[in-house]
Amino acid sequence: MADHALHHDHPHGLAHQFEDMPQQKESAVIGMWSFLITEILFFGGFFATYLIYRSYYPEAFFEGSSHLDIPLGAFNTMVLIISSLTMAMAVHKSHEGNKKGIMVYLILTGILGLTFLVVKYFEYSAKIEYGLVPGLVWHPQGENSPQLALFYSLYFGMTGMHALHMIIGIGLLIWLFIKTAQGTYTAEYNAPVEIFGLYWHFVDIVWIFLFPLLYLLGTQAGGH
Amino acid sequence: MAITEQDVQASEDAPSVNYLNNGYGLKSWLLTRDHKRIAVLYIISISIFFALGGLFASLVRFELMTPEGDLMSSDTYNKVFSMHGIIMVFFFLVPSIPATIGNFLVPIMVGAKDLAFPRVNLLSWYVYVVAGILGTIAVVGGGVDTGWTFYTPYSSTYSNSNVILAAMAAFMAGFSSILTGLNFVVTIHTMRAPGMTWFRLPLFVWSHYATSLIMLLGTPVIAITLVLLMLERGFGFGFFDPNLGGDPVLFQHLFWFYSHPAVYIMILPSMGVMSEMVAAVARKRVFGYEFVAFSSVAIAILGFLVWGHHMFVSSQSTYAGMVFSIITFLVAVPSAIKVFNWTATLYKGSIIYDTQMFYVYGYLGLFLVGGLTGLFLSSMGLDIHLHDTYFVVAHFHYIMVGGQVMGYMGGMHFWWPKITGKMYPDIWGRVSALLVFLGFNLTFFPQFILGYMGMPRRYHVYPDEFQVLNVASSLGASILALGYVIPGAYLTWSIFKGPKAPDNPWGAKGLEWETTSPPPTFNFEETPLVTEEAYQYGPIEEH
Repeated sequence: MADHALHHDHPHGLAHQFEDMPQQKESAVIGMWSFLITEILFFGGFFATYLIYRSYYPEAFFEGSSHLDIPLGAFNTMVLIISSLTMAMAVHKSHEGNKKGIMVYLILTGILGLTFLVVKYFEYSAKIEYGLVPGLVWHPQGENSPQLALFYSLYFGMTGMHALHMIIGIGLLIWLFIKTAQGTYTAEYNAPVEIFGLYWHFVDIVWIFLFPLLYLLGTQAGGH
Repeated sequence: MAITEQDVQASEDAPSVNYLNNGYGLKSWLLTRDHKRIAVLYIISISIFFALGGLFASLVRFELMTPEGDLMSSDTYNKVFSMHGIIMVFFFLVPSIPATIGNFLVPIMVGAKDLAFPRVNLLSWYVYVVAGILGTIAVVGGGVDTGWTFYTPYSSTYSNSNVILAAMAAFMAGFSSILTGLNFVVTIHTMRAPGMTWFRLPLFVWSHYATSLIMLLGTPVIAITLVLLMLERGFGFGFFDPNLGGDPVLFQHLFWFYSHPAVYIMILPSMGVMSEMVAAVARKRVFGYEFVAFSSVAIAILGFLVWGHHMFVSSQSTYAGMVFSIITFLVAVPSAIKVFNWTATLYKGSIIYDTQMFYVYGYLGLFLVGGLTGLFLSSMGLDIHLHDTYFVVAHFHYIMVGGQVMGYMGGMHFWWPKITGKMYPDIWGRVSALLVFLGFNLTFFPQFILGYMGMPRRYHVYPDEFQVLNVASSLGASILALGYVIPGAYLTWSIFKGPKAPDNPWGAKGLEWETTSPPPTFNFEETPLVTEEAYQYGPIEEH
């Protein structure tokens, strides 16, 4: 075993603290899942806050929701689902050690991620234009204006935190792309691509929950 | 830098290459990925914050020596006790044992070369340092006066102090502990040496596993809570502001969902230290190993279900309060299992009367008082009388200082020869352990009485009849301070002048005692093969 500790006779990509590649990959995957659990609890605080206030003020939340742009939200949902597919393809190509394949699918994933952010930018701009940003520009004057502000606080807090995760994700994606272009990832050593895939899917899933809770809620308003 | 000199010293009389003399200079320390060096970096950093937090504690005790508010104004007093709390909780107690002794020992105890993610480990130290700098700026730039709990609406709307900076510092310190916890969980799962099964792990590793679970599951919630607080204070979002439809009590729920489990982050690691030291001073296997191991996990799980006991008087429903009260009583069961099992381990043991033994006995006594007074507070009726009085202050100091700090100090003495490769004078260790025990009780026992008589916490003016007990408490605090300064002095002395430590000075069991003192960079010459259970002291006992 001692020879593993030394620098020679070392498989490509194996860090010094590990004995072999399967141990390293298992550690990376468990590490990313552990991190995602912390992320679930992080977003969980937002979701709990949302659910509590929605149960306090259902009318204000329905009204707030009806001002959101469902077609744009639905478009973004589609964009993210497709980006999950391209990311899964990138992971698949990394298992084959197909450098070109990884690069193509990473670029596609990155473009879809940027598309999402651009759409988000237009949505945010519209909200600023209509004065629906609590604390900065706030136009509604009605009786339930404070509760409406609470809905929009949560809207900006939750989608903003989600967008921040998207931006971090795209940054990591660029870094992965450069490493791939340098030929770092092979059929044996591809854990970074794989665990980045887990992260990307997680960020998508958060959106899958945000879309109905924030956007589709307003379509229920007539029923109450 | 003192460390560099220490390296030179070590290299003169230590012929073999170890983690301390493997590379010199600032760069070899600041860019290290060696978990042992990162542990040393953490020891230095948390010692600075311990001193700073201690300074604020002394100011509090000075002020409380007289019934009038004569040393400082009410505003200043609010800031002093808030900064004592924030610094001690977020910058000392939470990282105290896991980031230092845990960081040093977890990989060695499982028989690995390093933690699973050495760069993440270094990152966690840098995040901690940046958090510490932000916290220091908040302190120097005018302080914070909300108490360490940042309760809304005071923190969100009314306070004129550096709340955002302090909250940001606490947020980042939390991120640093998430990274440490994540590293431990993965390391314990995947990096165990051949033959090191789960039930051969030292109990220190079990308690760090339980601690890491709390760090992973709890810390993100305080992070989001502080984010909401910062958004509210910075942008005027109304999450906790009743004028905007928000609910200030929601902040308390979210805050305590983390901060109560965090209490167990602050006690479980010291329980792990205790298990190792009890076995070593009694020279016996820890009685009921499996029960002690699972009681750590039980504490971690139950810890998530009791946060409401901080809110018995915060308009919480009585029925919710009853449930929280009952579950809080249940936490006493795994805690008591540990205390009884340690006591049973000592029974008929071949007890060695050295410094570690003093800390073991001290811990058992103080933790017992701290734990039992917790049951007073979890009784809903009694809590209405005792809520926000000095009784609460005394209770959690018995747990946090009497528990975690005693564990930290004891552990530092126990593993000091392994960490530094030097021996300290045992007589001084025993004297200071005794001073800590006596000083601690004199400081905090009077506070139980004060609280029971009705003295509220967080006020610096009090009726004349409370003065005698307050003066006793301040006197105890100065003895306690001496008990912390003396080890600081002789431990530092031992780095430079202490005799060289043998590999296993206490004749203790465990993988860390089988490698050299200090250990080589990759911990072992070859990957160890584990063939027996933990704590096989002396002849194997019949079960």
